[in-house]
Amino acid sequence: MPQLPIALPSQVPLSWYLILSVILFVTGAAGFLLRRNIITVFMCIELMLNAVNLTFIAFSHKLKQVDGNVFSFFVMVVAAAEAAVGLAIILTVFKNRSTLEVDEVSSMKL
Amino acid sequence: MDVVLFLLFASVAVGCAINLVLQTHPISSALSLIGVMGSLAVLYLLLGGEFIAAVQLIVYAGAIMVLFVFVIMLLNAGAEKRPTRKVLRTAVALPLLFTLAGVGAWLAATQTPKTDAVKFGAYTAGPAEVGRAIFTSYLLPFEVTSILILIAILGAIVLARKEI
Amino acid sequence: MEFIIITLVKMALTAFVLLTACAYLVWIERKVLAHIQLRPGPYFVGPHGLLQPLADLIKLLTKEGVVPASVNPFFYLLAPFLAVTLGLTSIVVIPFTPEFEIFGVKTAMGLTDLNIAVLFVLAISSLGVYGIAIGGWASNNKYSLMGGLRSASQMISYELPLALAIVAPLLLMNTLNFRTIIEAQSGYWFGVIPKWNVFAMPVPQIFSFLIFMTAGFAETNRVPFDLPEAESELVAGFHTEYSSMMFASFFMAEYANIITICCVATVLFLGGWHPLWPAGYGSDLVPPLLLAAAGAMLLFHAGQAVRWRSWDRFSFPVIGVIFLGLSGFFFIPLLKPILVPLFWFLLKAGFLIFVFIWIRGTLPRFRYDQLMRFAWTFLFPVAVVNLLVTGLLVALAGN
Repeated sequence: MPQLPIALPSQVPLSWYLILSVILFVTGAAGFLLRRNIITVFMCIELMLNAVNLTFIAFSHKLKQVDGNVFSFFVMVVAAAEAAVGLAIILTVFKNRSTLEVDEVSSMKL
Repeated sequence: MDVVLFLLFASVAVGCAINLVLQTHPISSALSLIGVMGSLAVLYLLLGGEFIAAVQLIVYAGAIMVLFVFVIMLLNAGAEKRPTRKVLRTAVALPLLFTLAGVGAWLAATQTPKTDAVKFGAYTAGPAEVGRAIFTSYLLPFEVTSILILIAILGAIVLARKEI
Repeated sequence: MEFIIITLVKMALTAFVLLTACAYLVWIERKVLAHIQLRPGPYFVGPHGLLQPLADLIKLLTKEGVVPASVNPFFYLLAPFLAVTLGLTSIVVIPFTPEFEIFGVKTAMGLTDLNIAVLFVLAISSLGVYGIAIGGWASNNKYSLMGGLRSASQMISYELPLALAIVAPLLLMNTLNFRTIIEAQSGYWFGVIPKWNVFAMPVPQIFSFLIFMTAGFAETNRVPFDLPEAESELVAGFHTEYSSMMFASFFMAEYANIITICCVATVLFLGGWHPLWPAGYGSDLVPPLLLAAAGAMLLFHAGQAVRWRSWDRFSFPVIGVIFLGLSGFFFIPLLKPILVPLFWFLLKAGFLIFVFIWIRGTLPRFRYDQLMRFAWTFLFPVAVVNLLVTGLLVALAGN
């Protein structure tokens, strides 16, 4: 059995979940800031929500309380509502300006 | 076993998340996001959130992302044009984001007790527990979200009308 | 270690049976449709076309898998893979028999016993749309794209009544575990009427069952809701550009989805492996008697085979003797507790699959706007009302 360079812990520390959540959140934020397609930007928001959900569930497990699960359930509900309205807005924007670039829809009026 | 599963699905999630940001075509990004959601569902299972893992797949991957894919297909959204004036933005944003990630990771690593390990099966939040919490202590928020959804439906219908 | 071996054996068995069933469903579907339309159907490969699936398989395997030049190759190849994988996955949570003991090992037919099995099936079936939608999009063809779009919107719309129809019997059962759901449906009202959920007190779930089956037709893209592949308008819909095994994958996924929907309906509404009437009135004798009757009929017909099908003189007696032998298995004490529940489960699921084919043979296709209006203005409100009434009656009966 070859020795691994890093000794793996037998159980996952809670901090690993939090670090994963941080990485996902920052990736989502990077996409949100750097991407120009409205739909992709919107998906990056969903990614950030997901990252936060992971934190909720991890803390729910740590505290042995169900509240974290309930919170992420609510986050999902809000995300669903947000997706319905957001995609309707994207459809309308595309209908009026025939573009999906965020920079080109910067003016309030046509 | 837990560690291996965690590392596997965490790396899938991170890989898919980075792929989401790097891909130029929205449908590739959408599929990467579905990958993130799927691996997060597995991690939720490891954390004992059985109900939320299933809901993650049903609501997020199965409904919200289908809507995204539907809209991308409907608009026939093509690949993003190559960025023209993104250098400055990238130069400012990336260091800030890396700082944020570093601070967040440092806090997570130092502020949680070293002994806090996540034992698989130590705590399970099945549908019964979550349902009891939603319909007792969280009844008011639950009802409020139903109104939120109603408003969202109305908003979506108004926005998607032909005249606007 | 023992657990791993048993699981591996069960996995191999399930995979083999499921894939064979998918292949033979094509044959059954063609035969049933043919008889509805007064034609013989596949007839020449093997006796009564029984080897037709094998011939089809060889044909599809040896065909060239064309990847058109204009497609997005990665997504084009990913789509059938996704469709067939997700289609075959759901079967792992279906329990086919109660727990039994064989060779000193306690086990049951059915791969896993999740306590969130219902949610698992819903999750996998809601992911199933990606195979079709992405396949339609990646083909870079307007007909395929229309098929993919229709499929995505249809799946989202019909998921709601499907889920609501599942929730209603769950109110009676108080569990999400399939095995417990089936066990709760044992017993008989007045000693004769089975306590299945369709006959449950205080609310018979017959409406939930009908809504579930209707939405199931839409979820599996079957006639009358097969708009994604409506051949009169869209050539072949989302799989227009597919050939060879990729095309076959979509078909396998469709049949696997049908099998899953029918098995879930059997579990949730038709009492799983519980027989139609009590064993005291001889329901255990039904399977061997049916098989023996089939065997005897084949032996009888062997003598009267028509002149131009002289090989029937050979094949009919062989199959008849096989059937008679199979009926004998039901009297072996070791196998009886496995085979009798399995027979009833498969009989119910098989009947539902037959209904799928029957409806394909008799109903015309909906128009697209009719399909959407039906989902949102009829099926969804009915499902909500059904759920509310069930909940109210369960609450009243509980007090």
